[in-house]
Amino acid sequence: MKDETTIRGLAHTDTIHDSAIKQVQGRADYTDDLTEPHGLLHACLGLSQCAHGRIVRMDLDAVRAAPGVIDVMTATDIPGDNDVSANGKHDDPIFADGVVLFWGQPVFAVIAETRDQARRAAHKARIEYEALPHALDPIAARDAGMGYVTEPLTLRRGDASAAMEAAPRRIKGRFGIGGQDHFYLEGQIAMAVPGEDDDVVINVSTQHPSEVQHVVAHVLGVPNHSVVVNVRRMGGGFGGKETQMNLFAAVAAMAARKWGRAVKIRPDRDDDMTATGKRHDFVVDYEVGFDDDGRILAVEGDWYARCGFSSDLSGPVTDRALFHADNAYYYPDVRVSSHPMKTNTVSNTAFRGFGGPQGVIVAERITEEIAYALGRDPLEIRKLNLYQNGQLTPYHQEVNDQILPRIFQEIEASSDYHARRQAVLDWNAKGGVIRKGIALTPVKFGISFTATWFNQAGSLIHIYSDGSIALNHGGTEMGQGLNTKVAQVVAEAFQCDISRIKITRTTTEKVPNTSATAASSGTDLNGMAALDAAEQIKARLIDFVAERWQAPREDVKFVPGHIRVGDRDIPWAEVINAAYMARIHLSAAGFYKTPKIHWDRATGRGRPFYYYAYGAAVSEVSVDTLTGEYVIDRADVIHDVGRSLNPAIDKGQVEGAFVQGAGWLTCEELWWDDKGRLRTHAPSTYKIPLASDKPRIFNVKLADWSENSERTIKRSKAVGEPPFMLGISVFEAINMAVASFGDYREPARLDAPATPERVLMAIEAHRQEPGRK
Amino acid sequence: MMPSLQFLLNGQDVRLTEVGASETLLDFLRINRRLTGTKEGCAEGDCGACTVMLGRLTDAGLIYEPINACIRFLASCHGCHIVTIEHLKGPEGELHPIQQAMVENHGSQCGFCTPGIVMALYGLWMTQPDAGVTDIENALQGNLCRCTGYEPIINAALAAGRAGGQAMDALAAERETVAARLRDMRGGRVELSKGGERAVIPADTDDLAAVLEENPKATIVAGATDVGLWVTKFLRDISPAVFIGHLMKDVTVTGDEMRLGAGVTYSEAAPLFRQHLPQAYDYLLRIAGWQVRNMGTIGANIANGSPIGDMPPLLIALGARIVLRKGAARREIALEDFFIDYGKQDRAPGEFVETVIIPTRSDAKIAAYKVSKRRHSDITAVATGFCVSVENGIITDARVAFGGMAATPKRAGKAEAALTGQPFTADSFDAAARAVADDFQPLSDWRASADYRRTVAANLFRRFWLEQSEPDLPVRLQYAVGE
Repeated sequence: MKDETTIRGLAHTDTIHDSAIKQVQGRADYTDDLTEPHGLLHACLGLSQCAHGRIVRMDLDAVRAAPGVIDVMTATDIPGDNDVSANGKHDDPIFADGVVLFWGQPVFAVIAETRDQARRAAHKARIEYEALPHALDPIAARDAGMGYVTEPLTLRRGDASAAMEAAPRRIKGRFGIGGQDHFYLEGQIAMAVPGEDDDVVINVSTQHPSEVQHVVAHVLGVPNHSVVVNVRRMGGGFGGKETQMNLFAAVAAMAARKWGRAVKIRPDRDDDMTATGKRHDFVVDYEVGFDDDGRILAVEGDWYARCGFSSDLSGPVTDRALFHADNAYYYPDVRVSSHPMKTNTVSNTAFRGFGGPQGVIVAERITEEIAYALGRDPLEIRKLNLYQNGQLTPYHQEVNDQILPRIFQEIEASSDYHARRQAVLDWNAKGGVIRKGIALTPVKFGISFTATWFNQAGSLIHIYSDGSIALNHGGTEMGQGLNTKVAQVVAEAFQCDISRIKITRTTTEKVPNTSATAASSGTDLNGMAALDAAEQIKARLIDFVAERWQAPREDVKFVPGHIRVGDRDIPWAEVINAAYMARIHLSAAGFYKTPKIHWDRATGRGRPFYYYAYGAAVSEVSVDTLTGEYVIDRADVIHDVGRSLNPAIDKGQVEGAFVQGAGWLTCEELWWDDKGRLRTHAPSTYKIPLASDKPRIFNVKLADWSENSERTIKRSKAVGEPPFMLGISVFEAINMAVASFGDYREPARLDAPATPERVLMAIEAHRQEPGRK
Repeated sequence: MMPSLQFLLNGQDVRLTEVGASETLLDFLRINRRLTGTKEGCAEGDCGACTVMLGRLTDAGLIYEPINACIRFLASCHGCHIVTIEHLKGPEGELHPIQQAMVENHGSQCGFCTPGIVMALYGLWMTQPDAGVTDIENALQGNLCRCTGYEPIINAALAAGRAGGQAMDALAAERETVAARLRDMRGGRVELSKGGERAVIPADTDDLAAVLEENPKATIVAGATDVGLWVTKFLRDISPAVFIGHLMKDVTVTGDEMRLGAGVTYSEAAPLFRQHLPQAYDYLLRIAGWQVRNMGTIGANIANGSPIGDMPPLLIALGARIVLRKGAARREIALEDFFIDYGKQDRAPGEFVETVIIPTRSDAKIAAYKVSKRRHSDITAVATGFCVSVENGIITDARVAFGGMAATPKRAGKAEAALTGQPFTADSFDAAARAVADDFQPLSDWRASADYRRTVAANLFRRFWLEQSEPDLPVRLQYAVGE
């Protein structure tokens, strides 16, 4: 390795993704690409065909007799606990035992010599059910008395009902908000390889290796130390691999232990989408009290969530919906409550934003209600109600890093918002077939796991005697560039070229007890943990160099490719080799925990978030009023990532999140039939955005002047989730186009997603009202 | 008779003596050859992660097109050149300009869709280096990316187009030798079997007629864009299967009529439509994604009798006819008479669609509309074709057919009656829009409710009127991006 004085890959540079070159060549290994052990077996799940029922007869003889079948496993074949729940509530069986709670629930698994044989065998099961009543959506579940899957939450400040009573104006509404399938391009997959003693090694596509480890140990009835979990990278996660991989890892591990052979399970896309959880759909009843100027006085709301048959992450997801029920606006008196409803559907789970989007979009609906009621531009209402530093959120955290006024000012100018809004109004006034809409919506998103103990991370750095560096941390790479950004932090610390650093797979053998790579926290936590390890080694190197080259410690500096002692630059590799010869410890484990945060769920008070990330978007759409189809003509985004560690990667996160958020609210529709079968379970029926669905003009900028006011890693901010909610601007713009049919006297109040059908039917309702154009 | 399946895989000759009817190209690549750069994302031709290039000899020489390996049957690759992502590199192993641009523009995040996207863009770069944004988006209609929002991918495609290097491209350099090797693989009928399954690749159309007389219950597989799913999704047994994707490619255009062999793909038909039926060209690009259009054939779209049938509504409106063949016997029928009921067509065992005859009706006002939840690569909620003749301000003939509204693609008789003989005015089309409600009792499903389908069907009459009467009125969404 040559020594360099011009080094690449430092913090705050547009360093390419560490896997990019391999990815474009098809050489980046995903779990299904790993060399398969000799004698590998394949598993396939058998899924229930009943939304709620008692199993009265289960005939699996034909499954067992099918070609290549080695074994069929049911609930009675589990060595430890029949449970993969993520939260200790013990409500998430691997295989249904006696009763099935949703259509598509795993009932058994076939183990066969080939994947094709396993799939064909699974279809031969004959299971009879005694059907029981089922409820699919949260309101039906409430009416049927299905109860909650987990404890609900209420956030309150002041006296909302009294303030509502006293408010000069009040509006009530109901808002249906659809769910969303993750549609990670790489589906769920796990491959388990048995070892000696009780050991098993699992390669699995997961955002949460430690949880796989703990759950599998539980299922097998062995200590955690017997289970090793590895993941080099995922082909997308988006929250769908925070808990949902547990099932697959557990099945593969059980079969591998039982048969002493490696076992892989890779469900087909239909089984994956049928049997794994999604973003929660919500029905929200809201009421807002406001004054004639449009100032919000009181907000009350009830968030009914379709949680599915078990709790999974529904507790923290529905909590976060409430944490973001205010989005960026100050509610003087407020009461918001969650209702995590049990339903006979797959158990919903984490998805980018984690309930936050379903809070934020209601805040935006509320501002629209006020604006239309007062005949004002919704932007004026939004600006009027923005938090000012020092004001309290509904969970009693003080906002003190507000930067939205500056972001608004910049985006209003750069998007030419006011002139374009007038042009849209003028266009619609002509009453043609194509109507337009434009909307500016902000996001304020709280960063930290609300489960405070998750806000910790570890790392492990080895420097080898040739000066090459192995970097490991507890975060997982799912495309977001986490490994690249953490490596940049280490390259910066050592002032060495990023090519010296090998980013290794995430494994529970190197860093224990990690948190999920989730809540946008990957870089914040793991970057700091890696920096801690680097600083430990640096301190030892400084001591060593100061002694060896006879200089005061403060005269030892890390400069590009070298360590400088006084006026002498010693090449990195030379220093390292000398340190090794001098028996300096060149390995360190780092650790980090987020300071300042605390949260008391019982009182609904605390500081759950270390800081907020902000952003705003302006979207303009055209709507075809004969079919309800639409196009996003233009979107402008300014988003705050603090002082970016990697502007190119962060911009990519913002663009991708925006389009994914727009997809959630437009073409992505989950559709269950009355029997409880999800009928949109593959890309042929579930439509995520294509290249031609992205904004025709797409201007994305980072707020490059922003710096985190807290001491985060290099003063950057988390980026994964917050910009997802900027897609709401598209939804609001579509609503405006539809509202033009009623001369903007009322908001369109579309439920989400605003499919072409919903849009057209709302327009037709206006057309059929006499006296309206 | 040749004893083996032969094709070229990247740089290697492959000769297989045992091949089943239902083996897919993707499984062969990933499982048998451990070429793991090609990914499985959906196994139904809808995500593009499995995109590979398929080279084949045509009358115009060797052409390469991106296709979906997941639903492509191995047996249908006889005499073809399969090019996977592993083959895409420069002479010294350096990155191809598409790959380089994808890296430099940060076009990959999780990277799982990336090889497929690179292959689709490679297909475009090869034939259309100066492609603009709309061309790029059309080329990516069959590729899903969940991470990037596509912006950096489009930027990469534009940058690669500017980078040049087409002449240096590996496939360009070896064109002649590949063509010669593929020519050598051509020959008579190939019959294969494995594990009780049979696959037959007829030598030519006469041979196909003979094969089907011998095996009247055989599954006829053309582009496999539907049959592929019978296997990958429904695990259906398709043996014996007869692979015909290489047959019936002949095209003749005479006067006011296009005669397309049943094996003409959507992509092969596209330039013909552009020239002779430009009113339907945009419609053609709304059918499926590029990879599927490169495999799917117009004849099979008719023959498999889908209730939506992307092409039939338009073709019925135009008064298309088809030629059915059994052995040496041929019969010609009106396309609308081919569809009898849901899943039932006027085709005898051993009979096959050989030719599709499409009047281009330069005398009439023509339009084709498709409405779906997502604009591109989505299954239709409502499709329609209009063909209306007007003389002296009077509608003398109106043919309007719909897909997605009934068990088969079907004419809207009452709406047609409401138009015929009436003045060519807004009122007449309003009347037709009202009348079409009595023509159909559509179903509700996840694509659309019955109400929506009915409403859209009515509105499309209004659209047709507006477009025909005021061509300058903005009545359609503008998707094109300034380039």
